[in-house]
Amino acid sequence: MAPGTLSNYLKSGAIWAFIVLELAFFSIAGEYFSLSDKAFMDFDNMLLLFKQSAPIGIIAMGMTIIMVNGNIDLSVGATYALCAIVLLDSMTWPIFAGLGDAVIPISWALALLTGVLLGALNGLIVWKTGVDAFIVTLGSMLGYRGLVFMYNGEQPTSHLNWTLVDFAEAQFLGLHTATWFLLAVTVAIWFLMNRTVHGRNAYAIGDNRSAAVNAGIRVGPHMMINFMIIGFLAALSAVVFYSESGSVNPNDGELYELWIITAVVLGGTKLTGGSGSIVSTFGGVLAIQLLRKGLAHIGADTSTVNLVIGLILIAVLFLDRQLNLKGKEELRV
Amino acid sequence: MGALSKFEIGGVLARQGILIAFVLFMIAFTIANQRFLDPDNILGVIRSSAILGVMALGVTFVVISGNLDLSVGSMMSFSTIVVLDLHDKIGPALAIPAMFIMTLALGALIGFLVGYLKLNSLIVTLGMLSAIHGLTLTYSGGKNMDIADKAGTWFSVFGQGSILGIPVPILIFALLAAVLGTMLAKTPFGRKVYAVGGNGVAATFSGIRRARVVFMCYLLSSFCVATAGLIQASRSLGSQNTVGQGLELEVLAAVILGGASLMGGSGTIFKTVIGVLILGFIQNGLLLVGLQFYAQYVVTWIIIILAVWLDIAAKRGRLWSPIA
Repeated sequence: MAPGTLSNYLKSGAIWAFIVLELAFFSIAGEYFSLSDKAFMDFDNMLLLFKQSAPIGIIAMGMTIIMVNGNIDLSVGATYALCAIVLLDSMTWPIFAGLGDAVIPISWALALLTGVLLGALNGLIVWKTGVDAFIVTLGSMLGYRGLVFMYNGEQPTSHLNWTLVDFAEAQFLGLHTATWFLLAVTVAIWFLMNRTVHGRNAYAIGDNRSAAVNAGIRVGPHMMINFMIIGFLAALSAVVFYSESGSVNPNDGELYELWIITAVVLGGTKLTGGSGSIVSTFGGVLAIQLLRKGLAHIGADTSTVNLVIGLILIAVLFLDRQLNLKGKEELRV
Repeated sequence: MGALSKFEIGGVLARQGILIAFVLFMIAFTIANQRFLDPDNILGVIRSSAILGVMALGVTFVVISGNLDLSVGSMMSFSTIVVLDLHDKIGPALAIPAMFIMTLALGALIGFLVGYLKLNSLIVTLGMLSAIHGLTLTYSGGKNMDIADKAGTWFSVFGQGSILGIPVPILIFALLAAVLGTMLAKTPFGRKVYAVGGNGVAATFSGIRRARVVFMCYLLSSFCVATAGLIQASRSLGSQNTVGQGLELEVLAAVILGGASLMGGSGTIFKTVIGVLILGFIQNGLLLVGLQFYAQYVVTWIIIILAVWLDIAAKRGRLWSPIA
C-alpha cells in the first residue's frame, strides 16, 4: 500500500461514517425524545430528506468546483433570490400573456440565463481585475441583494402556476422532482470534474496556479466558466424550489452561502484549492440536512441546530488538520 | 519627465484613491442637496455609523494580522441580548462588565482556535457565526429582549446621551479609534501585528510569538464588538436576536474599503475610519438625492470593487490583471 493511502481512505470515508453515526444516533435518541411516534429511519422521511437537500445541494456542487479551483463564491444566496424573482415575475409579463403554459420554459430559460450572467459577471471581474474572489463576491453579494430589493421593495413576489406545482410535486420512481434534479446535477458535475479537460484543469489550477500557467493552462477562462456554472446552478436551484412554492421573499437565500460552504467543507474540500470530491460534497449536504432533521426529530429547536453545526464545522477542521499534519511536517521550512 | 509625472499622478490617484473618492462624493452630494452638509445631518450620519465603526476598528487588527472575522455580527447580537437581559436582573453597573467578560471569552475562544491551534480563520469564524447565533437563541429562548423601565435607567447614556452637543456613540468611536490607532501605529504590539500579517514565517523567525499576537487581535476584536453591543443595546433599550445579522460583511466591506489587504500586513485605523464614513455618507447621500434605500447596496458593491482594484493596480503597476 502506498504511503498515505490509508489516511486517504479514512478521509473520504469519514463523511459517510458520520452519516451512519447520525442515523444511528437519531434513531436511538428518537425512541426516547421524539414527540411523534414515527421512526426516524422511516422510508418517507428519508425520501423527504433528499428533497429538502436539493436547494442547498445543487448549489453546493457548483461551490465544490469553485473551491477546488481555489476561489469562493459568497454571492450565491443573492443570485438564488434574484433568479427566483425573474422566474416568478416573468410569468406575469404582458408580452407572454397569450402563451398559456408555454410560458414555463421561457421563464425557466430567463431565470437560468440570469444566473449564468450574474456568475459570468463575477468571473469576469475576478479574471480581469485580479481582485480576490472573496472580495468580488462579497461585493456582489451586497449588490445582487440590492437588486433583489430594488425589484419589488420589501414585498414578496408571487405567482403560482399549477402546472408547475404539479410538475414540482410529481414523483418518478418514488423520488421527487427536486431529488432527480439533485442527482442529475451531482452526476453531471462528477463527470465534468473527473472526465473532462476542464475539470482536471480546475484541480490543476487550484493545486498550483503557477505550475498550471507554466503548463499552458489559461487560468482566467476556466475561472470564469466555473463562476458561470455556479450561477447556473444557483438559478437551477431557485427554479426547482420556487416552481413549487410560487412565492419569493426578498431576503430568501440569505445565509445560504454559509450553509453551502459548511456542506462543502464537511465533505473535505480544501479552502486552499486543488482538492475535493463531488461525491463527498454530496455526503456533506446529506449530513447537514440529516442533522437539521434529526435534531428537529428529537425536539431540539433551531438554536441547537446552529450551535451544533458551528461546533461540528470547527471540529472537522481540527481533525482534518491533525490528519494532515504528519505529511506536512517534512515539507515545513 | 512628462511620462514620469503622469505615472506619479496615477500612483497618487490609486494610493489615495479612497480619500479622493470620498471628497468627490461629498462635493457631489453637497451640490445635489444643500442639507447634506448640515451639521445635524453630519452628526446624525456619524452617530449611526458608530456601531459599525467600532466593530470595524477591531476587525482591522484581525485583518492586518492576516486573518478574517466573520463572527462579529453574530457576537454583537449576543452581547446586546446579554446586556439587556442582565440589566433587569443584576442592574446595569454589573451587567456591563459581565457582558464584556462573556464576549471576551468568546473572542478568546476564537483567538485560541485560530492563533494557537492554527485553524483556518474563515472556517472557524464561519462556524462561530452559526454557533454564537445558536447560543444567543438558547440564552434568550428566541424572545425579544426589552428593558422594563425604559425612562428611568441611566443605561441609555451610551447610545442616546450627548456631551457638549456631541452624541456619546461618536465620542466612544473617536476615543477607541484614537487609542487603537495609536496602539497599531506606535506600540511594539502594533508593529508585531503588521509583521505577523506581512510574513508570518519571517515574524516567527525574528522571535515574535505569532500565536499570541493573533490571540490578542481576536481579543481586541471581541472587546470592540462588546462596545458596539453596548451602544446598540443602550440606543434601542430592546432588541431582537438577529440585530447584528449581516453586519460582519458590512464591517469587512468598510475595512476593505479603507484599503486593508485581506492577505494581511497592510491597513490603518485612520483608513478604516474613512471606509466606515464613506459607507455611512454614501448611504445618507443617496437617500437625500432621492434614490431608494436599497440602491446603496449596489453602489457599495461598485465602490468596493473599484477601491480594491485601484489599490492592487497601483501595486502591480498595471490596470488589468496578469491572469492569462
